[in-house]
Amino acid sequence: MNVVATFTVTFTQILNEQGDLIQPLPDFAKDAETLIMLYRQMHMLRALDARAVIMQRTGKMGTYPSALGQEAVSIGMGAAMHKDDIFVPYYRDQGAMMQRGVTPTEILNYWGGDERASNFITPEAKEDFPICICISTQLLHAAGVAYALSLRGEKRAVVTGCGDGGTSEGDFYESINFAGAQRLPIVYVINNNQWAISVPRNKQTSTQTLAQKAFAGGFEGIQVDGNDVIAVRHVVEQALEKARKGGGPTLIEAITYRLCDHTTVDDASRYVDKPDLDKAWELEPFKRFYAYLEKEGLWDAQKEKALQEECSARMAEAAQACIHTAPAQPTDIIDYMYETLPASYQYQRDELSTAKLPEGH
Amino acid sequence: MPTITLAEAITQALAYEMTADNNVIVLGEDIAKNGGVFRTTVGLLEKFGEKRVIDTPLAESMIAGISIGMAAQGLKPVAEFQFMGFIYPAFDQIISHAARMRNRTRGRLSCPLVFRAPYGGGIHAPEHHSESTEALFAHIPGLRVVIPSSPARAYGLLLAAIRNPDPVLFLEPKRIYRMVKQDVPDDGQALPLDKCFVLREGNDVTLVTWGASTRETLIAADTLEQEGVSVEVIDVATIKPLDMETILNSVEKTRRCVIIHEAARTCGLGAEIAAQLAEHGLMSLLAPVQRVTGYDTVMPYLKLEKIYIPSVERILKSVQSIMEYA
Repeated sequence: MNVVATFTVTFTQILNEQGDLIQPLPDFAKDAETLIMLYRQMHMLRALDARAVIMQRTGKMGTYPSALGQEAVSIGMGAAMHKDDIFVPYYRDQGAMMQRGVTPTEILNYWGGDERASNFITPEAKEDFPICICISTQLLHAAGVAYALSLRGEKRAVVTGCGDGGTSEGDFYESINFAGAQRLPIVYVINNNQWAISVPRNKQTSTQTLAQKAFAGGFEGIQVDGNDVIAVRHVVEQALEKARKGGGPTLIEAITYRLCDHTTVDDASRYVDKPDLDKAWELEPFKRFYAYLEKEGLWDAQKEKALQEECSARMAEAAQACIHTAPAQPTDIIDYMYETLPASYQYQRDELSTAKLPEGH
Repeated sequence: MPTITLAEAITQALAYEMTADNNVIVLGEDIAKNGGVFRTTVGLLEKFGEKRVIDTPLAESMIAGISIGMAAQGLKPVAEFQFMGFIYPAFDQIISHAARMRNRTRGRLSCPLVFRAPYGGGIHAPEHHSESTEALFAHIPGLRVVIPSSPARAYGLLLAAIRNPDPVLFLEPKRIYRMVKQDVPDDGQALPLDKCFVLREGNDVTLVTWGASTRETLIAADTLEQEGVSVEVIDVATIKPLDMETILNSVEKTRRCVIIHEAARTCGLGAEIAAQLAEHGLMSLLAPVQRVTGYDTVMPYLKLEKIYIPSVERILKSVQSIMEYA
């Protein structure tokens, strides 16, 4: 019997949970301003989530999926992208979306039930896909986008992602299979936060890693510490560089923990054991980054307080803007189904044009 | 000018539009080297190369899903599902994404794409190869559903479908892929996507149909004519959006209507047409609207498929039953 193929999955960590460097910094992380910017963006995301949860609890917004504890995944991924790359997000990617120029107000408006918020204002995100609610369907859209880039010979790449549960979907496998077969410029980032609503990672699949699923698609899968924003940005940057040069896809499993409920309509205390959660809080991404920045003389308690206040004020402002967004028109619900509304549906539009918006909208 | 079949008209339209517009690409299972299992994409690989004529892996949700991504990037994918019976894994992508991307992004992203599939029975195919489930898709807002029934209409409607800025499901009645030949000039002329075709004019009864059933309907019309019944035959062709105006105008004249479709009866498109006739044309009717359809059962395997598909006899019987009303 001969061994005909072997596969290796690596794990990358740069900053350990104590905030110590365990391997040399990548070039971008040698710049203090860049590091502080990453830290700042993580705080912006945490503040957005906190504000969104308040809004949902007070009846000002619909269901919301916080990214609490997973900030380094979203922010590291967003920071690694070039402006002209294309982002095909899943529903917990609001951090990276903000880095793409989508405003916190748009994100709040989206979860507040307004489709106009997916018509992103910023030109930088004009080709990006809207938040995807269906699980892993977006991974196929991303592969199609990557095919278009490759067909036109453009040196751009696509970033897409899903959660750990999302890797069980057929569309996940169909996407990586096509991406591998066509050697597409695409990077898959799996936010392995250990939970698919209430189903833990070990019940989702018996594969030792999620990263190894990439080998079934014929390309490399790697793991990264998803609580280490420097490591996440580094490996996504490398994968994007490879993709833009025609080196094909990469799948990155970012290992983190969902410190919050699945969404605001979930109650994770029904299925998460308290000791596990306490342990996960020890590993979360802010603590180590703060410790490192402090050791480097770049950060202190005063700066931390000021930043938190700034982020909180920024998101309070966004919430106000969200609440005061002019209402959509009833005819909006039919005007965007087709480029030109077929004549046979015109009477339905006429009826909608006389509809009254409900109170409070 | 050589006459061509419906299947050849599909190829002719694809080649025309791929030449005219570099953004048009075709993809699907066995469509490149093999030219498709019905040979409707034959010769395209040689003309346009493997980047624009893609033999995909065998995965239907993928075929639909990547088409959405391509279309959002400005390509115009024409994706083939090998048979309508295999389209269901792609349901989620078609319904939840292709049909609603424009609406979800308030016009920022759209899906100018065509999903093609041979549909219907009568060719002695294996199980799952003979479905007529067009009504499932006609129900979905945002989709257009188009069914040609002649080589000329296949050419003109496919061109229109590719040029349409929204997703179109284009169903090809495979039973008549090679049944009739016609002169079809390769002139790039598209046909309208929201207009019925009046195949034959008459005064006593309107027969409304589409797809392969146009064949039995036209034969029945000939027989009825010999019996002194003047028959109007309408090929709906674009079953969504539905051109009720043409149907209502016809029924206002003939005052009788029979709807013929191969799909199962319950919630078939015949029900929608009958409902709209009741809403808007009831007063012009002399007799109840009739339907001649497939039965509310699974499309039978090849030995019994003929008794399922609406026959000339069943159409005649139905028309004769309402000629008694006057």
